[in-house]
Amino acid sequence: MSGRAGRVRLLDLFLHWQEASIFVVALILIGYFESANRDFLLSNASLQNLSQYIAPVAIIACGEIMLMIMGEIDLSAGMVFALAPFVMYFVAQAGIPAPLAVILGIAAAGVVGLINGVVTVLLSIPSFVTTLGTLFLVNGFTLTISAGTPASPPGSPLLAQVMGRWGYSEILWAIAVVAVMHVVLRDTRWGLHTTAAGANPTGASEAGIHVNRLKIGNFVLTGALSGLTGILEAFRISSIDPQAGGNQIMFLAVAAGVIGGTSLAGGSGTIIGGLIGAGVLGILSDGFTLIGVNAFTFNIILGIAILAAMIFNVHMVRLARTGGAR
Amino acid sequence: MSDGAAALRAESIVKRFGAVVALDGVTVELRRGQILGILGDNGAGKSTLIKIFTGFQPQTSGRLLIDGRETALRSVDHARSLGIECVYQDLALANSLSIYHNLFLNREITYPGPLRLLNHRAMRRRAIELLDEIGVHIPSVDQPVERLSGGQRQAIAVARAVNSQASILLLDEPLAAMGAREAGLIIDLILRLKSKGGLSIAMIMHNYAQTLEIADRIILMQRGRITYEKDAAATSVEELMEIVRREYRVARAG
Repeated sequence: MSGRAGRVRLLDLFLHWQEASIFVVALILIGYFESANRDFLLSNASLQNLSQYIAPVAIIACGEIMLMIMGEIDLSAGMVFALAPFVMYFVAQAGIPAPLAVILGIAAAGVVGLINGVVTVLLSIPSFVTTLGTLFLVNGFTLTISAGTPASPPGSPLLAQVMGRWGYSEILWAIAVVAVMHVVLRDTRWGLHTTAAGANPTGASEAGIHVNRLKIGNFVLTGALSGLTGILEAFRISSIDPQAGGNQIMFLAVAAGVIGGTSLAGGSGTIIGGLIGAGVLGILSDGFTLIGVNAFTFNIILGIAILAAMIFNVHMVRLARTGGAR
Repeated sequence: MSDGAAALRAESIVKRFGAVVALDGVTVELRRGQILGILGDNGAGKSTLIKIFTGFQPQTSGRLLIDGRETALRSVDHARSLGIECVYQDLALANSLSIYHNLFLNREITYPGPLRLLNHRAMRRRAIELLDEIGVHIPSVDQPVERLSGGQRQAIAVARAVNSQASILLLDEPLAAMGAREAGLIIDLILRLKSKGGLSIAMIMHNYAQTLEIADRIILMQRGRITYEKDAAATSVEELMEIVRREYRVARAG
């Protein structure tokens, strides 16, 4: 009896903190790479290196998680990532001060999100299809306006340092975004209604929640966060690359959310889970790169690791739900 | 507010959907503090009538009087602002959210300040009080709704409607697909809510015995009309059955 109660309590813990299991995975991976490589975490350079893998994925994941909770997805995020810094560049070229150009670049990314949201909601197109369309559209647009050639980010050295050039600035941005989005999801009506609308769209409307408005808002948010990430990366590497971002970063962000316990079917998800998911993916990428695994092998291992992490997590949550039901 | 008036009165309500006449001149009264049981076959117009009361759709013609005052309901929000709440069959609960979040869905308690952050603690405390007040016993309000039984979920949905200061509560088949024991608990809950006063309830029902147990007045709808109306105390399951049987024969004969 007490053993059963103990088991239920443990399962309850996992239900309340679904991220616990994946957090344990992250710790094990850190331990492994630290012992295999000696310099994985415990020096300035290695920490900065690791954070560069984690930060962009974590920021975009915050948007994708909000959408996935509503049963939606944004496939165009990686292309919006490449678009935003070019908008910033051309706006600055036109004589607008660089800090304002940064904001306008993010705003342009938000406009793509707005288009994604409006088309999805008002024309009843599945977001998978809407954003598949804008994925190609935005990519073509970016390649056209940039003529396929890289450019240099505008502005003062200080702006560059704040916006990603300094080794820790990108991860600090990521932590700030994650912290804000965590509060938004858990402690604001916007976040609660996002979850409610994802779990039961009809019911949420009957309760007077404006589901469409929430959806469009979360598409705008995802677009803007993707744009912010693209701009941060452009400043970090001191180059605006029309081929930057792409589908890889978008899928990593989606994977980070799912690994962190967000359901693709909607109705549940956490931002902290997404951060830990981005952490696991970053640790894997960074760790295998440092060990010197061949790029082909690396993708095989990464794929297996993503599958393993997801299977582990999905079944942990299922077990916790059914086990706790009695 | 005039004292003698019914909480809700419908006069000669007609509702057409194209060529289909869903309601064909329905006049009915929900008296203050009473429970009205609405019986009838599928397609008799029960749900259409309820949807007019909730402001979900307007009637084609006829008058609606709320507290004696003629009112044209513009929307669900409008009806709600007048104290009309409906618990639909799908219950409109968010399964992954906790009981207390569901009880306060879209009426959350927030901290003062521009951010209006959710006051989880206050909602939780108020949820426990509320469920206690109306005698619904659930071990923990922190559980997600998906862990509850059908009867418990119905109780939560009813509690949410009551929590919004409703004066008129509309229930769409609250006992559907429920075992006898669970149905008994919901009947007890509805009777407790009634005895507190101030609440008038109209409910769509299927089971005659349950309807007679809970309702003060009963109407029977058939093909968009009210074909029978009586105080529950003055009728019986046998009488209701006999009327339905007769109507069925007429309908079959064409």
